[in-house]
Amino acid sequence: MQRLKKFGKNVYDNRIWLLMIMPGFIWLLVMKYLPMFGQVMAFKDFRFHPDGFFASVYHSEWIGFDNFRFLFSTNDAYVITRNTVLYNLVFIILGLILAVGVAIILSELTKQKLAKIYQTGMLFPHFLSWVVVSYFVFAFLSVDRGLFNSVLEMFNIEPVSWYNESAYWPYFLVAISQWKGVGFGSIVYLAAIVGIDRTYYEAAMIDGASKWQQIWRITIPMIMPLIIILTILNIGSIFSADFGLFYQVPRDSGPLYSVTNVIDTYVYRGLMSMGDIGMSTAAGLYQATVGFILILLTNYIVRKIDEENALF
Amino acid sequence: MHILLGSFAFLCIFPFIYVIIISLSSEQSLSLQGYRLIPEEWSLEAYKYLWQVRSQIFRAYGVTLFVTIVGTILSVSVIALYAYAISRKQFLYRKQFTFIAFFTMLFSGGMVPFYIVMTQFLGLKNSIWALILPMTVNAFYIIIMRTFFQRSVPEAILESARIDGAGEFRIFLRIVIPLAIPGIATIALFNTLAYWNDWFNALLFIDDPNLVPLQSLLMRIENNLDFIRQNAMLSTQNGSILGSIPQDSARMAMVVIATLPIALSYPFFQKYFVKGLTIGSVKE
Repeated sequence: MQRLKKFGKNVYDNRIWLLMIMPGFIWLLVMKYLPMFGQVMAFKDFRFHPDGFFASVYHSEWIGFDNFRFLFSTNDAYVITRNTVLYNLVFIILGLILAVGVAIILSELTKQKLAKIYQTGMLFPHFLSWVVVSYFVFAFLSVDRGLFNSVLEMFNIEPVSWYNESAYWPYFLVAISQWKGVGFGSIVYLAAIVGIDRTYYEAAMIDGASKWQQIWRITIPMIMPLIIILTILNIGSIFSADFGLFYQVPRDSGPLYSVTNVIDTYVYRGLMSMGDIGMSTAAGLYQATVGFILILLTNYIVRKIDEENALF
Repeated sequence: MHILLGSFAFLCIFPFIYVIIISLSSEQSLSLQGYRLIPEEWSLEAYKYLWQVRSQIFRAYGVTLFVTIVGTILSVSVIALYAYAISRKQFLYRKQFTFIAFFTMLFSGGMVPFYIVMTQFLGLKNSIWALILPMTVNAFYIIIMRTFFQRSVPEAILESARIDGAGEFRIFLRIVIPLAIPGIATIALFNTLAYWNDWFNALLFIDDPNLVPLQSLLMRIENNLDFIRQNAMLSTQNGSILGSIPQDSARMAMVVIATLPIALSYPFFQKYFVKGLTIGSVKE
């Protein structure tokens, strides 16, 4: 009773703050936490019930791990996991190298005006939606009209039906994702590099350090904490793919599924075209759980090595 | 160095220029030669055609504008209030509520339960709110804003305002908001961009042609212009314009129309965008 009274008083004393967080808190509860409980559908044979959402979940029959068993008994689970993880790994590694590289070059450029123009150009793709990008790609890859096939024709090479040939797509998807992301990715690194105390470089130059040595011995170590934080964040989301890239850009083309289907698109297709809610939820839960474990794990490792750089 | 970066920068905008060229090519030269960098014959017929079927396009523009404006205002307000509260030491439960927001960055309910909550629990299928509400709050932005409030709103100012007898909401509106304008502008820009470019929520929740936003309209005309044509059929009884449709160029003209506002405006707010991104990168 005493405790409850104290709690009541605390709530009353903090009422103004509680009022402020209320809209956001309610949103988080409904949009983020309620769906987490919805994950129980992964263990049920989901059937819609006329009495609404809670009734549907409540009345559906428990089937244990059957949805998971079914998911992992097909080849799908392997393909979508492989695609998701491999693409993300390449994106993280290549993205890091390119973003840091571009940031370093931008910071070294002496003509600031031109550097600004380059940055504006490189940032442009970030402002486009994936739908628009898919049209850009189509302008190049269209079978009968695209630029690629026109060029091939000029050299008397048979045109390629790009949207039916899965062999090329891993390269396309990697290139497109970097094209869209590098300018944006380099911003934070550039800001960090600009923030480095110039006297380090002056001292190094007096000691006769070359440009390369300055980059390796000063710039890279100085932005290392940032690299680590951003990489942890990326590794944490290694199990979730950019839906737009894998759904819009290949134009949902069936023959390409073996190299374009990722967990996110699989869940979407399961929900919208196959109507298999149980298995889609199971795939989503698999994704969320492994992603969660990965974040905790990477953070733990980073904390062991260097507490300062850990996320939490 | 200049050549390297310059050519990459050019490569980044080249596809857009290319698409503009295609949209300005005559349909005949497109069907004879394919998409060329310099078409045989230039033409405005694609844009003329889109002007004739403008009702659907204007509608989509209207939906996108509404969603972007209302969504951004709502989003910024909710995020700013939440972030401000958890940035203040006087708030006893700030740690708990920080964690509640932060945890959503680590674990998610997944697409299917989210879909069910939206359609079954909230009943938002074919509602304009289905385009606004899913993107209102973003835990990452809350954390960024919290850091921003902690750093740019000194407690001393608030203290003196309290002594002068101002209430917390008054302080928030009159003192905190003006001090935090750069941070708020950043979040607003991120949100504007996200709302303008969103097609995913429309893909999940919108079937009604009246509620289709611009990006989603673009998706629907991917394979044919039927979607636009059907609506034009209802509004104009004129069958002749439907006879010769510049399919290819019209599609690319749509891309240009949907992209142009962003393409023209972003160089002006790029400065704030860049500044804002670097705020979030610094840990407290």
